[in-house]
Amino acid sequence: MAATTEEVPIGRTGGSPGPGVPWRVKLRNDSRLAAILFLLPAVLILVGLLGYPLVLGVWLSLTNETLAESGQFVGLSNFTYLVQDPVFRTAVFNTVLYTVVSIFFKYILGMALALLLNRKLRFKGLLRAVFLLPWVVPTVLSAIAWWWIFDSQFSILSWIGIHMGLIHHNINFLGSPWNARWSVIAVDIWRGTPFFAISLLAGLQTVPKSLHEAADMDGATSWQRFRHVTLPMLSGITAIVVTFSAIFTFSDFSLVYSITRGGPNNATHLLATLAYQEAIQGGNLSEGAAIAMFIVPVLFAVTLLTYFKVSRRKW
Amino acid sequence: MSRDGDKFPPALHTSELARMAASGVSRRSLLRSMGLGVGALAAGSLLSACGGSSAGGAPKVVKSGPIEKGAKLKLLRWSAFVDADQTYWDKHTKAFTQKTGVPVSIDWETWTDVQPKAATAAHVGSGPDLAIAFYDTPQQFPDKLIDLSDVADDISKEAGAWFPTPQKYGQSNGKWIAIPLGANGAEWNYRVSWAQKAGFSEFPKDTDGLLEFAKAMKTDGHPIGLALGHAVGDANTWTHWLVWAFGGMTVDSNGNIAVNKDGTVKALEYAKQFGDQMISGVASWDDSNNNKAYLAGQLGATSNGISIYYSAQSDAPDVAADTMTAEFPIGPVGKPTQFHQISQFMVYAYTPYPNAAKEYIKFMMAPEQYQPWMVASEGYVSPPLENYTQDPFWTSKPQYTPYRDAAKNMLWDGYSGPMGIQSSQALADYVVVDMVARAATGQQSPKDSANQAAAQLKRIYGV
Repeated sequence: MAATTEEVPIGRTGGSPGPGVPWRVKLRNDSRLAAILFLLPAVLILVGLLGYPLVLGVWLSLTNETLAESGQFVGLSNFTYLVQDPVFRTAVFNTVLYTVVSIFFKYILGMALALLLNRKLRFKGLLRAVFLLPWVVPTVLSAIAWWWIFDSQFSILSWIGIHMGLIHHNINFLGSPWNARWSVIAVDIWRGTPFFAISLLAGLQTVPKSLHEAADMDGATSWQRFRHVTLPMLSGITAIVVTFSAIFTFSDFSLVYSITRGGPNNATHLLATLAYQEAIQGGNLSEGAAIAMFIVPVLFAVTLLTYFKVSRRKW
Repeated sequence: MSRDGDKFPPALHTSELARMAASGVSRRSLLRSMGLGVGALAAGSLLSACGGSSAGGAPKVVKSGPIEKGAKLKLLRWSAFVDADQTYWDKHTKAFTQKTGVPVSIDWETWTDVQPKAATAAHVGSGPDLAIAFYDTPQQFPDKLIDLSDVADDISKEAGAWFPTPQKYGQSNGKWIAIPLGANGAEWNYRVSWAQKAGFSEFPKDTDGLLEFAKAMKTDGHPIGLALGHAVGDANTWTHWLVWAFGGMTVDSNGNIAVNKDGTVKALEYAKQFGDQMISGVASWDDSNNNKAYLAGQLGATSNGISIYYSAQSDAPDVAADTMTAEFPIGPVGKPTQFHQISQFMVYAYTPYPNAAKEYIKFMMAPEQYQPWMVASEGYVSPPLENYTQDPFWTSKPQYTPYRDAAKNMLWDGYSGPMGIQSSQALADYVVVDMVARAATGQQSPKDSANQAAAQLKRIYGV
């Protein structure tokens, strides 16, 4: 077949250009090849940084590999042990508590902040920037600052309380199991509220004023307008924000590790921090991987639920 | 005619894409499935490359010889708690470079990051050439290290015999896999004037006396404080001392779990009474909290390295003038049961410069370097070799003397069982620290706390 220099229009899929055609022409004219080449970097990144570690993690969780010895396949014995282990069960409880309570308060406070910032305020831009700071500051830095704020001897909060006569001795923020739990949850709420606020603010600004005006003309109160106009209009963005926050919070590591390292006595261990302690500090790679595997189906389920609900506009 | 897409998961014609789009499959979901598909294809070969270390625990034997041409070393070391430690270490490292032409770069790591980084380097086969890691980290992966038996012998010729426990830490199956640098000794630091006011002219020598001391100090408003948080040094030191002082142990010499026997339960009953005398918040303390509290005058006594006294001399001279140190008291077992944070040089088998690494270790452990460094650090590291304990520095001030024999008197983690990856994991999981913490804070009864620790250890030791 004679080589042709005629260009094949983009989108036509009458087959690849024939032999003898320069590769540059092939590349320009073959949309399938171009599609593959454009997708290739993303695929390599997904495979290299997500797919491979995930598959390796699954494999490790099914073996008894440690840092010292190569692993043999042991089936589900790591998982069987973990569900009976009190420390693991505590970590599961902590993770669920941490996620549910944090998201609940982040949503409430984020919505309040969004409603406030949506009003006509002086220095609105500056206020928005300031309120974003907790989310923007690197987690470890803010965690270290909070570690000082919660110090059992040198807490600024205890100092203020004692000098105001509200308390008579230092508060044991991080030395008592439940105090430590509420303390790290409070820090996560502080850190995550701006994300909710800024996202909900964006949603608020897409709510048509005419809907509010119509409701007002029908005699709706502020609460009724919020309940029946604003909230339904924000359902889509709420679903997305809650999903993202659930993923980040459920798999959180750096905040808790920086403040308590999972203590006191495992009272603040999340699945991620426990997995790190087992795998990296303890050398038990397989058990650490198994702990981490418990995170995956939960996040997968949350993502799928949100995907299907949003795509079918069921929120 | 071959398609370019044959090298990848099957490329799709536009018509096929259109059918998929109509069925609800978007390009985005296609990308996801392609990514997973490629990942699955690659997984087989990649997994086989991730088989971890080979079985067997023998270190790599490297015949001693001249320093490799073009050698340069990277050392992973724990960060200094005492300024002079780093000053002298850097100075001697520079002297080594001037003598041998081998540049040495040092990564000064926070204590909690040393073990994971050292272990990860061993596992992936890449990283620093040598590391100074804590406790029995080298025992986790002896086959990833080089045999340092010749180095240990050479050092001993100049500096005297190795003490028993450091030697135990450094050896695996009779071969040296690590060279102990020494023990970051932790002994009691207490305020003399407050102790005298409480009726104690000297620090108690037994555990009964220690409990009375703690009660009296609390009554006077100067409580003691010992860390019970998840930190590498202080919490491990005193909780292991306590359990052993009453005859308890995690594992016996036959490798059986022994933590839930009488000795441990008695230790935990003592811990409950002892914990009631402490300042609040100790369950959250890491290695720095007791230093800060003591220097601020909030503690009557604590256990710590010489760093508290070292810092007090410059930052709180009135506290330093009133501070004395003492060894850990003896428990009902009638002999010292101290536990200290030992650190050891180890050289990775993957290093292209094993002889350079060996020469560096010998240089830093030689009397001309080790002794000035030890003295300048004011005894922060207790030496693992006999001759260095005879340095007049140790008796130049009464505050230094209790730290002199820390490496000599110490026991090992996992006592009295063998050292290895199990003892290392038990330490990393804070099994003993948490067991004592649960009892000391009243969270669990001594018996229940010991039983919970036993269950954890059974899993770790595989029994």
